[in-house]
Amino acid sequence: MATVFQKPKSLSDAPLHYCPGCPHGIIHRLVAEAIDELGIEGKTIGVAPVGCAVMAYDYFTVDMIEAAHGRAPATATGIKRCRPENIVFTYQGDGDLASIGMAETVHAAARNENITVIFVNNAIYGMTGGQMAPTSLPGQVTQTSPYGRDVNHCGWPIKVCEMLSTLEGPEYITRVAVNNVKNVLNAKKAIKKAFQNQMEGKGFSLVEVVSACPTNWGMTPQKALQWVESDMLPYYPIGVYKDRSAAKEEAK
Amino acid sequence: MKTTQILIAGFGGQGILFAGKFLAYKGLQEELQVSWLPSYGPEMRGGTANCNVILSDTPVGSPIVTSPDVLIAMNLPSLQKYIDTVVPGGQVYVDSALIDVKVERTDVEVFYIPATQMAKDNDIATLANMIIVGHLLQNHPELDFDGAAETVEHLVPPKKAALIELNMKALNLGKEYKN
Amino acid sequence: MAQRVLMKGNEAIAEAAIRAGCRHYFGYPITPQTEIAAYMAKKMPKIGGVFLQAESEIASINMVYGAAAAGMRVMTSSSSPGISLKSEGLSYIAGSDVPALVVNVQRGGPGLGGIQPSQSDYFQATKGGGHGDYRMIVLAPASVQEMASLTIKGFELADKYLMTSMILADGTIGQMMEPITFEDTEVKTYEKPWALTGTNGQRKHNVVNSLYLKPDELEQKNIARYERYKVVEENEAMWEEYMMEDAEYCVVAFGIASRVAKNAVVAARKEGIKVGLIRPITLWPFPKKALAKAAEQVKGFVCVELNMGQMIEDVRLYTQCKKPVSLCSRCGGMIPSPEEVLESIRKAQKGEF
Repeated sequence: MATVFQKPKSLSDAPLHYCPGCPHGIIHRLVAEAIDELGIEGKTIGVAPVGCAVMAYDYFTVDMIEAAHGRAPATATGIKRCRPENIVFTYQGDGDLASIGMAETVHAAARNENITVIFVNNAIYGMTGGQMAPTSLPGQVTQTSPYGRDVNHCGWPIKVCEMLSTLEGPEYITRVAVNNVKNVLNAKKAIKKAFQNQMEGKGFSLVEVVSACPTNWGMTPQKALQWVESDMLPYYPIGVYKDRSAAKEEAK
Repeated sequence: MKTTQILIAGFGGQGILFAGKFLAYKGLQEELQVSWLPSYGPEMRGGTANCNVILSDTPVGSPIVTSPDVLIAMNLPSLQKYIDTVVPGGQVYVDSALIDVKVERTDVEVFYIPATQMAKDNDIATLANMIIVGHLLQNHPELDFDGAAETVEHLVPPKKAALIELNMKALNLGKEYKN
Repeated sequence: MAQRVLMKGNEAIAEAAIRAGCRHYFGYPITPQTEIAAYMAKKMPKIGGVFLQAESEIASINMVYGAAAAGMRVMTSSSSPGISLKSEGLSYIAGSDVPALVVNVQRGGPGLGGIQPSQSDYFQATKGGGHGDYRMIVLAPASVQEMASLTIKGFELADKYLMTSMILADGTIGQMMEPITFEDTEVKTYEKPWALTGTNGQRKHNVVNSLYLKPDELEQKNIARYERYKVVEENEAMWEEYMMEDAEYCVVAFGIASRVAKNAVVAARKEGIKVGLIRPITLWPFPKKALAKAAEQVKGFVCVELNMGQMIEDVRLYTQCKKPVSLCSRCGGMIPSPEEVLESIRKAQKGEF
């Protein structure tokens, strides 16, 4: 009997600890599929964040390291500079990448560090139980913005792709979503390209994946995906924000 | 056991640290124990600079010179600040082109050398430091003047080879200066 | 015999690191240790190594963490305020059991403090600094030669015991030049089967991690780590004894303070005071045995340090307060003169502690 569907080799058998309806499982799978398809499982080293994906080191079968909160791009830099022949990726959430680790993110991008960054934006601190994130939307109710995010009090959400694409450094900055099949398929393409870029030595590639957090948003999984479409994506539009190689091709 | 503690002081830019380095290397060449300790920090950028050099035939303890046997003062504030720390019987070298006061202490040996003027007159304006060092070598036979060229060569990077000759010119001017 | 060359203490560290096989340096500028970074920036590209100036001390220590996990001999260097920033990373490195070398060329504190020499990070280095139960091997050089030899030793010990070695120097030793020789001694290296290299499809994946959510598992990790620390304490303490054979008084000092103290000991001997010096070379593990032995022999101790009195607590602890201990200290970038130390020795002789 022909196998039509199976678990990627790069994913372990460990049961995921994520909440029901959490898209982390989908995103893990997309990363693992990309690694498998590119045949780089044996030379990939992953960097797990502090946040919901903190135990990603148990879920991927590649060599893994657990970074300090926000420091994954620095830790990845250390590894990549030692082992340029290996493929190094970080997997980070919005608090990790865009709040405490913003400096590390910006500077790794500015250096065009030849790494792949998977940035999961679900507009909330999930692991600590639903606090306001740097990407929480204006008016969004969280544990630490119980009356809705007041931008006059605590500022505006940060648009990471828009911001990083102003830098000369990075190779590839793109935003995708995983709220429907079409978007999932496109997310997969972007993630694969981000790894491919690294294999070709092109440099810093970041894929922002607009995700959902049904538990901390207080929604059913289905409602959460609708909220991605209705509230998140208008604020965080899907698209390629920077693609240096493609731009060069076009210029020819 | 003989230990010579040297304190060189002046403005940043007068080659205070370089003069100290020269003496430290010279000591190394003579197979002495040596230490060289600069002042560091904002002082390096135009303010006062000083440098501690210790030459000894036994291992150097503290590298900090608190009671110098030799003081080289290349500006007035340095002379005023350190003159009282010199040990009785010690030596004081004064750039008399920049310092127009005389040392009042009578228990130290003072050498007045108009080094900055001499340097200007001989087109080696930045090498007043080495004129004084040349005079010091003359007074310290344990630092054999004959090996000075080798020491200078060691300190001057190959790209600036022209400076070797100029440094030697300065050292010789100091050596021959009659106090 | 190898040739004697004059070198700054900071440069000696950098050169020694390269000789020890370090090919990866990550740092951030701060006075008074910048010569280390400058030396590495110049040398590393020429020998196939990596020098990278990070965006912060925090980033640099996490780059070190990554490189250490990748199995490399790696280092960073900084000075007091920068070490505070690196402390988070030091805790992660300790919790992940990977080896690294960290240099602290101390300056006066707290806060931004000053830039002149100090030893006021003794507590931070020997008692923690970062969070959690952990230790670092702390090496305190007192000469330019030791800046080099202890750097090499530090890399070896770090690899052997899978922990951080810290070179706890100060602005004076960092900035001064002294003759130094690099002897062609063999540098010890260790296998690192735990390193992140990629599985190559040949083995189960390696994980470098300090997270253990099950308390019993975390407890066992800590206990195992402390078993290792016990071996370090038993075997790796280093110290120098100077004129201790017949000493009735004992000066305890490390680093630059020990050199000032040595002058004072020599001067006191000339006055007929039977005084000696114990110079801890490792501050952790502390030379407990030497202090315990001295406590049986001498009438009292004088602790000389460039802080408000930090090592003195360990001196009291490991002499079990059997004999009085006085403190001779300056701080904020000031250094006591040999005369000040001599005066403390004289007082000790008179029974004034």
